[in-house]
Amino acid sequence: MSDNRAAPEAAEAASAAPAASAGEADLTGTGTAASPGAAPGQGNRILREIMSGNALVSVLAVVVALVIGGLLIAVTDERVGAAAGYFFARPGDLFGALWASVSEAYGALVRGATYDPTARTWLGQLGIFETLTIATPLILAGLAVTIAFRAGLFNIGAQGQIILGASFSAAVGFGWNLPPVLHLLAVILAGAVGGAIWGGIAGVLKARTGAHEVIVTIMLNYIAINLIGYLLKSPLKDPNSSNPVSPALHDSAVFPLLLGPNFRLHAGFLLAVLAVIAVAWLLNRSTLGFELRAIGANPSAARTAGMVVSRGYIIVMLIAGALSGLAGVAQVAGTEKSLDAEVAGSIGFDAITVALLGRSTPWGTFFAALLFGAFKAGGTSMAVNANVSIDIVLVVQSLIVLFIAAPPLIRAIFRLKSASSRGAAA
Amino acid sequence: MGTLKLELKGITKRFGSLIANDAIDLVVQSGEIHSLLGENGAGKSTLMNVLYGLYEPSAGQILVDDRPVTFNGPSDAMAAGIGMVHQHFMLVPVFTVAENVALGNEATGTGGILDLEQTRRKIRDISAKYGFDVDPDAVIEDLPVGVQQRVEIIKALVRDARILILDEPTAVLTPQETDELIDIMGQLKAAGTSIVFISHKLREVKAVSDRITVIRRGKVVGTAEPSASTTELASLMVGRSVSLTLDKAPARPGEETFQIRNLTVMNDAGQALVDNVTFSVAKGEIVAVAGVQGNGQTELTETVLGLRKHVHGSILLDGKELVGRSVRQVLDSGVGFVPEDRTTDGLVGSYTIAENLVLDLYGKKDFSRGFTLNRAAIAKHAAAKIDEFDVRTGSAEAPVATLSGGNQQKVVLARELSRPLKLFIASQPTRGVDVGSIEFLHKRIVAERDQGTPVLIVSTELDEVLELADRIAVLYAGRLMGVVPGDSSRDLLGLMMAGLNAEEAQAHLAGPDSARATTTEGEPA
Ligand SMILES: Nc1ncnc2c1ncn2[C@@H]1O[C@H](COP(=O)(O)OP(=O)(O)OP(=O)(O)O)[C@@H](O)[C@H]1O
Ligand SMILES: [Mg+2]
Repeated sequence: MSDNRAAPEAAEAASAAPAASAGEADLTGTGTAASPGAAPGQGNRILREIMSGNALVSVLAVVVALVIGGLLIAVTDERVGAAAGYFFARPGDLFGALWASVSEAYGALVRGATYDPTARTWLGQLGIFETLTIATPLILAGLAVTIAFRAGLFNIGAQGQIILGASFSAAVGFGWNLPPVLHLLAVILAGAVGGAIWGGIAGVLKARTGAHEVIVTIMLNYIAINLIGYLLKSPLKDPNSSNPVSPALHDSAVFPLLLGPNFRLHAGFLLAVLAVIAVAWLLNRSTLGFELRAIGANPSAARTAGMVVSRGYIIVMLIAGALSGLAGVAQVAGTEKSLDAEVAGSIGFDAITVALLGRSTPWGTFFAALLFGAFKAGGTSMAVNANVSIDIVLVVQSLIVLFIAAPPLIRAIFRLKSASSRGAAA
Repeated sequence: MGTLKLELKGITKRFGSLIANDAIDLVVQSGEIHSLLGENGAGKSTLMNVLYGLYEPSAGQILVDDRPVTFNGPSDAMAAGIGMVHQHFMLVPVFTVAENVALGNEATGTGGILDLEQTRRKIRDISAKYGFDVDPDAVIEDLPVGVQQRVEIIKALVRDARILILDEPTAVLTPQETDELIDIMGQLKAAGTSIVFISHKLREVKAVSDRITVIRRGKVVGTAEPSASTTELASLMVGRSVSLTLDKAPARPGEETFQIRNLTVMNDAGQALVDNVTFSVAKGEIVAVAGVQGNGQTELTETVLGLRKHVHGSILLDGKELVGRSVRQVLDSGVGFVPEDRTTDGLVGSYTIAENLVLDLYGKKDFSRGFTLNRAAIAKHAAAKIDEFDVRTGSAEAPVATLSGGNQQKVVLARELSRPLKLFIASQPTRGVDVGSIEFLHKRIVAERDQGTPVLIVSTELDEVLELADRIAVLYAGRLMGVVPGDSSRDLLGLMMAGLNAEEAQAHLAGPDSARATTTEGEPA
């Protein structure tokens, strides 16, 4: 099916054929919400191409990023530099040094993220569980980006939604007194509601006024950051602490640990897996998902078929917000056990990368989140054991974003055919 | 410029297991208009996309002036002198004509500054030479479709195209625009440009071609002389004899269950697009709305479906008011709706054929249980419809965008005719469909009528209107010029489409004296 040549611009324009006269320079405008005859979502053409390219591009993007990361590790390694000094005398040394340096670093990364037989304690050997722990909020927030994208919306607002979800669940977690299981359920629910409110605001604004969701969600992120700053000054602040943190959640309000006190892995991971299954079912098997995907792919055809596009936008943003909210729950009721201003960290933005890397499919997002979890978990071990700065991990992650955002680049490097299958229609 | 001879040798194109082009040989002599005829899905567009460098052939060779060439993309094809006008234009709507023409071919002056003046001059030259009448500074989105198409042609000519591929250029044109295009093609030919022309309208093909090649199921099955009769061409193309006229029993109209009363529809600026229109359609009757495109037909149908704001008046179906209802409610009350433009409004390109066949039915209990789609039922439905409507595809699970244009249209009709209806509305029901399938679809629409469904057809094809209609309503500038019998003359319809009401038009045809009287008085309708 993928039968176009790499990159002829006319071919790509042609693949957007449903939209008459799709503009090359047109990046904006998902088509305003409810007005009939409005341009369909041709504007998202480039985003769509980025998000829905084939999985091979994702894999290759990771590979290329790792290779370049490897080169960076090598050139910053003194041994390599030393061997380069007498390259003409003994060229083999340079390659040996290169190999040693890169394999040492990446070896440490992989072992740290999965299983490290060389670690001193058997607890330290099992980095895989730390990978899963870090991946948990990423999976949930990644799903929030994925599901919105499938409905044609670019949800940049995971960060704000996480913050709101975390605040709501923290408030319930330390503020209420409930029996054990019930309390945790209330915390989870509160987080989902908090996130859904934040996502829902963006959805309603998009549906009712046509305000572009990217701008709205970014604004909501700022509002959320300032809001949590305020909340941690008075209403949610721990009176016994001088820092802006909330009191610790009650024991009944936190996720049980799955592997005992030596590992951080908590039941939130199971919640994340359930969420992946639920989103996959919703998108691919349910009538609602059928509707949402149709709205995302061709809003004007969806409208003509009786679907209510504005309602779809609101629903999907509510769901996306709830998923991000659950990521916030995983933070406060899973790993942190209390609320602070840094609760969302970089999760909200990593979630976008994860969804991109996962090609906006639920399971793709799941595995991409695991990969990112592994980078974080392994990065520490790489820094300690191979003496390579943990920043390399950031560089590799950024390169992944770069290569995924530029599929033509990857296609050109590997001479792949474009993902868009059809030339001139009709 | 010079002329150019083009030869395709043994071109084969496979999509997975499907062979869209099977060892096709084709020679386009310099300065000739060469038409390709073939059923929907025969492989015409695919062949042209290969020629234009959009698809890589699985086998075969392209020779330009007897030299073999390989195209790695359209830019190579353009460099070799081949230009293509796609059915869906690739113009930036908010750019001017000159900016669009310059795009990708920017002439830069000193310091890399865009030299639009040079492009403007070229456009004016070409425009004057071929009588295009295109203003380089007009903004694309303000231009009618026919003019936009000329901009596409100019784009190719500016890049020195000596062979022009026109894939169903007339499908979106009004009859008048079509005539103008045929003129332009004649002039281009006179100037030495070869043209490959694709159309399902045999009359046009006969009118413009020097040579006709017929393709069936990916293979060249023969050539035909332009002097051949349309019936001969049709049967050569489809491989069986096709009846080009529909024999339908006279309508037996029943109760008028679909009524439009004093309907006015305005745009956001408050201009009336549909202006105080009243007419009705009876059970068992086909009413066709004729008129030059852009006279309110599209808005009329969209209003019935509930897609329009600013609606006054009343639309009654079985005595129930439709105005103010949601699209879903209108569909649920038994309306089948075929939109004018299948790709923007009728289909979701990335959805499978099976999914598109239930695009407005997925929530019905036949196709879902509670919130869950019943995939098995959807697949079964698809198999039945693909068979019934002869949709040419390898698999019901293929994305609908991979279907040929005519087959996409069949999918939309198949879906809308697949449930019991109380009203069937179709705009341009057979756009892009081959003659054999038109025969089938027309029969199908008449069958719907004979089951007692009121049918409302909107078509800019006068042939289609005259063929299907039991009565014809003519719209001009949003106003109803009158409803006349289905066997009215083309002349009468032509006058009404130009803005005379039925009585005026009849008077005009009756004699020159009375005509002068009515037109000078200018009675309001
Ligand atoms: N990108 C694609 N992937 C898979 N199959 C395709 C693709 N493009 C075309 N086809 C198939 O190839 C065949 C030929 O299609 P093509 O569009 O060339 O037909 P056509 O002769 O132009 O028909 P029409 O008159 O309806 O436009 C069809 O069966 C179509 O489904
Ligand atoms: Mg075609």
